[in-house]
Amino acid sequence: MTQARKAVALISGGLDSLLAARLMLDQGIHVEGLNFYTGFCVEGHTHAIRERRRDKPRRNNALWVAEQLGIRLHLIEVVEEYKAIVINPKHGYGANLNPCLDCKGFMVGKARAWMEANDFDFIFTGEVLGQRPNSQRRDALPVVARESGAFDRLLRPLCAKLLAPTLPEREGWVDRDKLLALNGRNRKPQIALAESYGFHGYAQPAGGCCFLTDANYSNRLSDLWATRGSKHYEIDDIMLLKVGRHMRPAPNFKLIIGREEGENNYLGGYRGRFVHMAATSHHGPLVLIEGEPTDADVQLAARLTARFGQGRHADKVTIEVTDPRGGSRLLEVSPLPSNEIPPSWYL
Amino acid sequence: MNRYQLDARNLLCPMPVIRTQDRMAALQSGDILEVRCTDPGAMQDIPTWCRISGHEVLDSRIEDGDVVVTIRAGGPAGSK
Ligand code: SF4
Repeated sequence: MTQARKAVALISGGLDSLLAARLMLDQGIHVEGLNFYTGFCVEGHTHAIRERRRDKPRRNNALWVAEQLGIRLHLIEVVEEYKAIVINPKHGYGANLNPCLDCKGFMVGKARAWMEANDFDFIFTGEVLGQRPNSQRRDALPVVARESGAFDRLLRPLCAKLLAPTLPEREGWVDRDKLLALNGRNRKPQIALAESYGFHGYAQPAGGCCFLTDANYSNRLSDLWATRGSKHYEIDDIMLLKVGRHMRPAPNFKLIIGREEGENNYLGGYRGRFVHMAATSHHGPLVLIEGEPTDADVQLAARLTARFGQGRHADKVTIEVTDPRGGSRLLEVSPLPSNEIPPSWYL
Repeated sequence: MNRYQLDARNLLCPMPVIRTQDRMAALQSGDILEVRCTDPGAMQDIPTWCRISGHEVLDSRIEDGDVVVTIRAGGPAGSK
């Protein structure tokens, strides 16, 4: 190698991209990372909303990874542009509403534009052949390379030996012999590699990199689209889908019920936009009502609100119902017994 | 040297970091930015971002329930 080449890495905050970047740094490549914020990221939000465990400070995993590697990380917000990917993915969805193949193509495409604008030489990712999500299938990898416009400037260091040589390998910018041939869902090789590098405390998200791989979240998003009659969303919609217990007793309204203090506080930020209710006679959740409830619906919602508070066994619970403009009234209700709540109401 | 302020309140992580990053990109070396956030995660994430980006955290504190981080912009390579 005559000259230090520059590579841009897709850094999700997980172990695979951490290892891929480390391999590149070991080969003397100058590496900078990109991390995309789509609004569906598991990072941050839920942790910020749920009550915080003081003994375990939460962190942004992508930033943590960048610091471990000693590389620069560029955070890029893509909320608006990403809507088209989620709403109308050319390659369809995975097991849930995860449009992984389109998503990868989109992100690598963004990285390609960044690479060109910043005079970098190639792009790499932490993808492993045959690993979940299915966008890492053998037939999917070339699709990402092609549709992103990155073509053979896209390297997957963790499984490169199983793939045709890319430009950085052919040009000798990186030594193909020192790249890996990881394959399949077994995580042991990555864990062993992390151990050998002395990486500890890395994140191992159970699902994928985002909420769209989560069945429950996808179910809520499908419900949102179905009841609105069109596939669209705003950032607040998709944030609220992450918070609380969601119940839909009827197509015209649903309840978002805070499950603990942190969620109640977060939902409180939406008081000016939703009819909301909470018990005044007992401790209990803050509940937002989304949609167009009738008076009877509000009555039912109040009984549910009572059901999820400390007055659940009381004869009567006083619920304050407030409209978005602040006008409020009190309802005396009996909590709805749990055997009167059909499981189908839970989203 | 100029002093600037950034209101990143009511934004959830990672948005306060993204706003900070984008604002810092327009600053000159030595300029100071005071960022005010409500997401407690900013207390950790903004200093981490500063460390990897070549900026200096002069102070971080809780003020009226907000996280307030004061940053001095690093050299010309300090942000992109
Ligand atoms: S899991 Fe989410 S972020 Fe990751 S590739 Fe799939 S859609 Fe994109």
